[in-house]
Amino acid sequence: MKILCFIAVVITGILLVIAADDFPDWGDPQSPASTHLSPHYITEAVNETKVPNIVTAVLADYRGFDTMFETAVIFTAGIAVIFVLRSTARKRKAGAPEERASEVVRQDIIVQNVARIVFPFIQLFALYVVMHGHHSPGGGFQGGVMLGASFILLAISYNLGKIFSRMSERTSILQGNIGVLVYAGIGVFSLLVGANFLDYGGLAAILPASEDAMAHSHGMLGIEIGVALAVMAIMVAIYANLSSRGKYDKGL
Amino acid sequence: MIWQFDLVILVLVVICAIAAIHVRDLLSAAIILGAYSFLMCLLWTEMAAVDVAFTEAAVGAGVSTVFFVAAVFRTTRRTKD
Repeated sequence: MKILCFIAVVITGILLVIAADDFPDWGDPQSPASTHLSPHYITEAVNETKVPNIVTAVLADYRGFDTMFETAVIFTAGIAVIFVLRSTARKRKAGAPEERASEVVRQDIIVQNVARIVFPFIQLFALYVVMHGHHSPGGGFQGGVMLGASFILLAISYNLGKIFSRMSERTSILQGNIGVLVYAGIGVFSLLVGANFLDYGGLAAILPASEDAMAHSHGMLGIEIGVALAVMAIMVAIYANLSSRGKYDKGL
Repeated sequence: MIWQFDLVILVLVVICAIAAIHVRDLLSAAIILGAYSFLMCLLWTEMAAVDVAFTEAAVGAGVSTVFFVAAVFRTTRRTKD
């Protein structure tokens, strides 16, 4: 059986390598992708959206609908983890596996203090990444992951109670919901002012924007903040469930 | 693209991928996957896809490694097969 699998994998690999030969070369200006859409993005994105980082412009504006469902996918993944792992009274009665006597984790004063001091700087950098995603690499996903990672660092160096005493589990999950809602809400809002779904140009009437292009930039900032909120909450939720077997007691 | 640089990274990527499958200790496998992600991150940067590289470093190498370690800590370190 193992040999059969190996042969299948090798044949598939050879076919893929042969097929890859027909792809256009890396960065080929004559490839279909580079002759139709890319020139428009490269030459017009700055004029149309006032966002110098073309990647952000494509991701959050031209392909905003895609990105909305990417956020929804992350949100769904988090909800699934919570459903499977979070321990409830009913699950405990059904006979959840007994906890092994885990070895005592020594709390290290150096680790704890370094984590405590570094924590605000990580968050500050994460906020910078979210806000500056228009001009440099970054954006809602990366910033949100870093915000979540800062909380995870605190949870690792102390314990889970350290973060959930400041921000209850309910609030944390609510932030994830609000994040997705902000994204979809901005889309619906642009419907309400008479534009297409997620067409931020229509928001020029209510935003402090002198022209349509500037409204695109502001609209993108809005959805990036929504994405960051959702991703942060889901990362914290997944870590908390994994590290405490859904009990939210001590963590690692 | 500098092909020498590409070659070194791609060889290391393949080595990491094979090592992650073959190693018996699941904690080691998680760490090797983190190294794999960082190598992919280097590859994206070298192809001038900085946004993708940033995401790979934050999600692939950072948070997912932490998730793997947390899951291994709460289950078992040994593979059954």
